[in-house]
Amino acid sequence: MAQEVSCLKAQLREKEEEIVRLKNKLAQLEQVRTELFDKVIPLTPLKAKAALSNDDIMRYSRQLLLPELGVQGQLNLSKTSVLIVGCGGLGCPLAQYLAAAGIGRLGLLDYDEVELSNLHRQVLHGEKNQGQAKALSAASAVKRLNSTVECIPYHLQLSPENALQLIQQYPAANPLTYICYAGQTLPLVSASALRLEGQLTVYNYCGGPCYRCLYPVPPPRETVTNCSDGGVLGVVPGIMGCFQALEVLKIASGQVSSCCQKLVIFDAQDAKFRSIKLRPKQAGCAVCGERPSVTQLVDYEAFCGTAATDKCRKLSLLSRDQRITIQDYKSIVDNAEPHLLLDVRPLVEVDICHLPVSLNIPLLSLEEKKSEDIRLLKERIGQLKKQMSGDCQPPVYVICKLGNDSQKAVQVLEKMSGSEVDSITVKDICGGLMAWAKRIDPTFPQY
Amino acid sequence: MAAPVAIHLEFGGGAELLFNGVKEHHVTLPSQSEPWDVKQLLVWIQRNLLKERPELFVQGDSVRPGILVLINDADWELMGELDYRLQDQDNIVFISTLHGG
Ligand SMILES: [Zn+2]
Repeated sequence: MAQEVSCLKAQLREKEEEIVRLKNKLAQLEQVRTELFDKVIPLTPLKAKAALSNDDIMRYSRQLLLPELGVQGQLNLSKTSVLIVGCGGLGCPLAQYLAAAGIGRLGLLDYDEVELSNLHRQVLHGEKNQGQAKALSAASAVKRLNSTVECIPYHLQLSPENALQLIQQYPAANPLTYICYAGQTLPLVSASALRLEGQLTVYNYCGGPCYRCLYPVPPPRETVTNCSDGGVLGVVPGIMGCFQALEVLKIASGQVSSCCQKLVIFDAQDAKFRSIKLRPKQAGCAVCGERPSVTQLVDYEAFCGTAATDKCRKLSLLSRDQRITIQDYKSIVDNAEPHLLLDVRPLVEVDICHLPVSLNIPLLSLEEKKSEDIRLLKERIGQLKKQMSGDCQPPVYVICKLGNDSQKAVQVLEKMSGSEVDSITVKDICGGLMAWAKRIDPTFPQY
Repeated sequence: MAAPVAIHLEFGGGAELLFNGVKEHHVTLPSQSEPWDVKQLLVWIQRNLLKERPELFVQGDSVRPGILVLINDADWELMGELDYRLQDQDNIVFISTLHGG
């Protein structure tokens, strides 16, 4: 009996080792299959299927039953290539539903790697994908869902040079969010989402406008907010990405998009969709008009003066002697030098994390000179002055998340010094609380 | 004399942040010698609703680039832009375009 047990155990161990070996081998092979490209590669044109296989019929049966799609619509999907620019909050659900519906080929383009702060909205990526190229992570997730979809992950940034090559290879619906292109008549299913709002437009389609028709002049740089500055509820880009998938599927299967010459606005707070009739294609448009002046691809970042990324920007408003490093501030704390630490972030961010000794007055309240906040500031400066000997000016150090708003606050406070409040020495802490978390206290949360 | 005009103003896409986060405003434009148009409305908004940073809302006598104006759910380009004459109960939306996702 005992001998039989140990024999079985040994057999089990052997089988388990074999399973591990096989799994590794499979993983290696799959790795090869989903190769990551760092440049545009030549692609063979997608061949149209003559008929659906039995597996196809079973897999797509619930949508084949729709007269709006039918067998012909399904066959049309299978010969369509779609390029998805950005495998983020919009691109993930978009890729997921296009793959599930049986699109022929998906180009998945993203230059970033998966980070923990992406996971609340970029739902194709998992915890284990952190640090991996987003394009590759998205491609493996899509493959798991539907292995018959051809995936081409690109780890590259869209530029005027590579964009034209890419567009030529993906001739159907191009959800290019980030470029304004010239001389092209491809439908562009574009969406965006921020905070609790989403917008969707199909450009270059059925007599509707191109991006440039609608926005002949780029918005000023300081008015463009991205997700890492403004925040976004994950399900909002989720809804907008699904909406993009819907319109791409209509166009790709041979129907007409319902968003032709329209802007759809989604207000998630009030659960309200609204459809706006837009201007038609403009005869005087610099890109698609009768006498176009823009005949080359235009770089979105150059056109809009902003980066097509979720990453934060760095401002530089102050001179060197108006700023201190995070290490300088650490020694001020260590030496117990009397000072006031002013945190100028909005309350919602202070609730996430803050340094225990800081006084919080949001930048906006400082700018608006809210009487209650100014009174509080005066009080704290007064206390500090009593603590200090002689008639030196009490030092005030201003901090925010990354060191952008704090610089603006220093400028406001310098104007107030000696008038609305006692004379003070104001300095900005470079890099803000995120520098504190990175360089001084690794237990301090990052967001 | 033109009679007062009651209209419904909406701000969205982040433009509401310039108006204390309030998205909807029911306003009555006072009686004046000429009929109200959108150009005059922009001036009125600046004087009566917009508290600070007008440069984030207007540029010259129009809205700043990146803000779309919608008149009764249509692009203002279809309605005559700045010259559109406001009617009682019109719905005017100012929407800032979003980027990213
Ligand atoms: Zn155009």
